[in-house]
Amino acid sequence: MTEPRENLLEADFELGFTYTRSPGVIIGKFLAALQQQQIYGIRANDGTVLFPPTEYDPRTAESLHDFVPLTDLGRLLYWTWIDQPRDHHQISQPFAFAMIQLDGADVPFLHRMFADSAEHLSVGMAVKVQWAEQRRGAITDIHGFVTAEGEQS
Amino acid sequence: MREVAIVAYAQSPQVRQEKVLNEVEILMPVIEEALAEAAMTMDDIDFVCSGSCDYIAGGAFSFVSAVDALGATPSKMESHVEMDAAWALYESWLKIQTGEISSALIYGFGKSSVGELPDVMSQQCDPYYLAPLWPDSISLAGIQASALLATGRYTERDFADVVVESRRKAKTNPNAQLSGDVSADHLIEAPYIASPLRRHDCCPITDGASVLIITDKSALPKAKTKPVYIRGIDHRMEAHQLGIRTLSESKSSTLALANAKDQAGIEQFDLAELYAPFSPQTLILKDALALNDKVDINPSGGPLAGHIMMSAGLDRFGMSFRALQSSTVKTALAHATSGPCLQHNMIAILEAG
Repeated sequence: MTEPRENLLEADFELGFTYTRSPGVIIGKFLAALQQQQIYGIRANDGTVLFPPTEYDPRTAESLHDFVPLTDLGRLLYWTWIDQPRDHHQISQPFAFAMIQLDGADVPFLHRMFADSAEHLSVGMAVKVQWAEQRRGAITDIHGFVTAEGEQS
Repeated sequence: MREVAIVAYAQSPQVRQEKVLNEVEILMPVIEEALAEAAMTMDDIDFVCSGSCDYIAGGAFSFVSAVDALGATPSKMESHVEMDAAWALYESWLKIQTGEISSALIYGFGKSSVGELPDVMSQQCDPYYLAPLWPDSISLAGIQASALLATGRYTERDFADVVVESRRKAKTNPNAQLSGDVSADHLIEAPYIASPLRRHDCCPITDGASVLIITDKSALPKAKTKPVYIRGIDHRMEAHQLGIRTLSESKSSTLALANAKDQAGIEQFDLAELYAPFSPQTLILKDALALNDKVDINPSGGPLAGHIMMSAGLDRFGMSFRALQSSTVKTALAHATSGPCLQHNMIAILEAG
């Protein structure tokens, strides 16, 4: 029951959000600063610094306002190494999705970690931001992280 | 509280790719089978509730077409959740508690084979900090697995042992996609797909549908199957951002279980059906729910043997119902999850009537 290919109806389909939105006062400010290569966390009422900033403390629902400047340095906690990136990753070389804790922040966050191979990664290693060449006020303005071992932190 | 019982369950075969039938066509015979098991017709059903995901089908409001599977008449009060159908069951259970209805037919369905499910799942993540990185579901589970390894509680060998058990138990499940005798020694030789996860640590892409019928005790059907009562049910959610949570634990599961136990007054379970789509999550849940070795975990093989996206949680209720039908054991724990890395968890305590 094979039908000739030319008789099949086809339509393009792009997977993704088909609408735009305002990120709001806290996330918006954070993303605007990121475009200028400035990194901010946000202080919770218990004194801990959350990164990336959220309008509300996800643990207590308290409203947050107190931005805290952070550097582009952090530590690698744990990761998954991806030998064969998927098309949507938009990364052509093997890389890791990693939980990274920025110096001065009290919680880790997810981003990309670049290295020649998984063997070059270790728990607690020093890492630094690799900025995207073109920045547009998005979390991807941080292209990913690379090793900062042997550098002054 | 009104006493609510599961009275019927049916599931299509959990196939890797259904090439001919569409979602409605997969669903129709499964609805018929469930109604037949309960000796009910659509006239006996007060409410219909479904769980599915438009992102999987690739079209807005695609779930509406599935209503065709119910037939045009009699017209029914109907609802849908863009969640696993276990939450459609929860909505139905609540509606029975309000006294508005006495019976409900719940269904879930999905044809994951038509797209790239791991990429689709990345779009359930928050749109500012996570989704732009396209963290696919396997990679996120890989991070959770690596967080679990970092605690020293388990090894990659333990992940493989979960898979061995799943495949072995699935040998008695005719709808299983993956079953048989495999050795952990052999499995552990496979390459990583998202370290420390190997292909076998991940649930298989599956097409299919499932249907479950619940009624109030006053409206039990006259079928010969024994009812299985939902004695306790609760669901709890954790923060979405992965860094806020302890990924190697499942605090929301622990809390939901405590609440369900309070409702049920039942402390021990003969079996547990856990919705753990990745093998390390079985170990995380086992610890979070304090399940000892006397509990038969995933007698159906669980999601590693077949995983109908959007119905795999409802299937844990269904498979528990089946297990309680066919054996002398009395109590079961059914678990469902939603969101990345076990963000949101439901626990129900079931007892054979």
